[in-house]
Amino acid sequence: MEEMKKSVLEYIVDEYLDEDDEDEVSFDSPLISSGIVDSFSMVSLKRFVENKYSIKLPDEEATPEAFDTVNSICDLINKHLG
Amino acid sequence: MAFSNNTRALFADEIEKIKDDGLYKEKRFICSEQDAEIEVEYPEGAAHKKVLNFCANNYLGLSSHPDVIQAAHEGLDTRGYGMSSVRFICGTQDIHRELQKKVSAFLGMEDTLLFPSCMDANSGVFEALLGQDDVIIADRLIHASLVDGIRLCSAEYDTFKHMNMKHLKKKLELHQNKRTRLVVTDGVFSMDGDLAPLDEMVALCNEYDAMILVDDSHASGFIGKTGRGTHEHYDVIDGIDLITTTFGKGLGGASGGCVSGRSELIELCRQKARPYLFSNSLAPPIVSGSIKVLDLISKSTERRDKLERNTKYFREKMEEAGLNMRPGETPIVPVMLYNAKLANDMARDMYAEGIYVIGFCFPVVPAGKARIRVQLSAAHEKAHLDKCVEAFKKIGAKYGILGMDKKEIIEKYGN
Repeated sequence: MEEMKKSVLEYIVDEYLDEDDEDEVSFDSPLISSGIVDSFSMVSLKRFVENKYSIKLPDEEATPEAFDTVNSICDLINKHLG
Repeated sequence: MAFSNNTRALFADEIEKIKDDGLYKEKRFICSEQDAEIEVEYPEGAAHKKVLNFCANNYLGLSSHPDVIQAAHEGLDTRGYGMSSVRFICGTQDIHRELQKKVSAFLGMEDTLLFPSCMDANSGVFEALLGQDDVIIADRLIHASLVDGIRLCSAEYDTFKHMNMKHLKKKLELHQNKRTRLVVTDGVFSMDGDLAPLDEMVALCNEYDAMILVDDSHASGFIGKTGRGTHEHYDVIDGIDLITTTFGKGLGGASGGCVSGRSELIELCRQKARPYLFSNSLAPPIVSGSIKVLDLISKSTERRDKLERNTKYFREKMEEAGLNMRPGETPIVPVMLYNAKLANDMARDMYAEGIYVIGFCFPVVPAGKARIRVQLSAAHEKAHLDKCVEAFKKIGAKYGILGMDKKEIIEKYGN
């Protein structure tokens, strides 16, 4: 689980933060509600997760709420990994 | 009845929530022509107040130009009020064709299709051209109408960090397996006033076999040395595949928009774009007015030159006064305040001083980046600009932010 969280967090920092960004993101930092990830660009994160863990997240589950923290994203991944 | 008290309460609660979140848009009425000096009724029912307008998209000051008004009258007199038909049945007049040709010539594109608005152009263009084998790669800060249009299309989409070419390159590499790639950007971004680096973007599109679409709504008519737009500014007119733009801003300010670009792409839009197929086009007076606008700005660069001078002068004076602005060269001047309440409070006080500006905060702009957006116009005279700067000095001093940088403002007010 820790490894998965690190991997998702690493992707988020690389994909969404600029080099001069002062935001610090942890496993429970709000992503969508804070504006770091917006609902439009969330698609990249969903694609990353689906490809990396070979799962398919249905749209009704890949909600901004479910994608709001690294912790909640990993809960969703685990649910689909069974 | 169908609209029960419970149903009414449901919607009323939603309105209350918008108010509680500080996102409620109040009614404001302009009781004069659109211009640099306007009369405003605000709040609703209040006495009319004469103010200077620094929040219109009237970049070239053509909204109430006598020649444009005269041309609109002529359109009304000779072609009537409305068409009562969509374009492809019996809603296309010779003047629609003339306007399309003039837009193509002005923008340097092969062909053009008019839409009821640029919002409609952006809603329709992607679905008409792309399918599930294609990918759209968009800047993260593109206009909401492009986002909506992209979501209506079955093509896959991806995004890149705002104006970050390294990231765009990475995304282009990632999507080389798609049938086609379409890169999407605003030419001038409406909230920051920054220019998309189209020279670099066109080079990347050439390298990775991608088309490029630019929404130049905040550029057409005044960016570039003859006002053709952002693609002229970067000298890449031939490298652009699609431009969407509006007649509702610099180009007369009435309404209507278009998609302009490669002839096959425009023909496909004509066949398939739903907002074009299922809605009336521009009304005859607006078509005639828009033709006049293009004639005026094709003959002389006087108005865009004045706008450029106004922008330079205003930015210099604001800098001297110690306001914290995003640097840039477009007539969109964001005065950065970072804190939403501060932006709204200052905008309200500016209005009391006779300067009409608006505060913008999250979610319209990123969280912690609230600002007052000042928009300059060729209709502004030096005295107007001086009065605006003086008001910013007075209100900026009241809130103690003059000479402060980002860190200091955030320390004082939070973000």
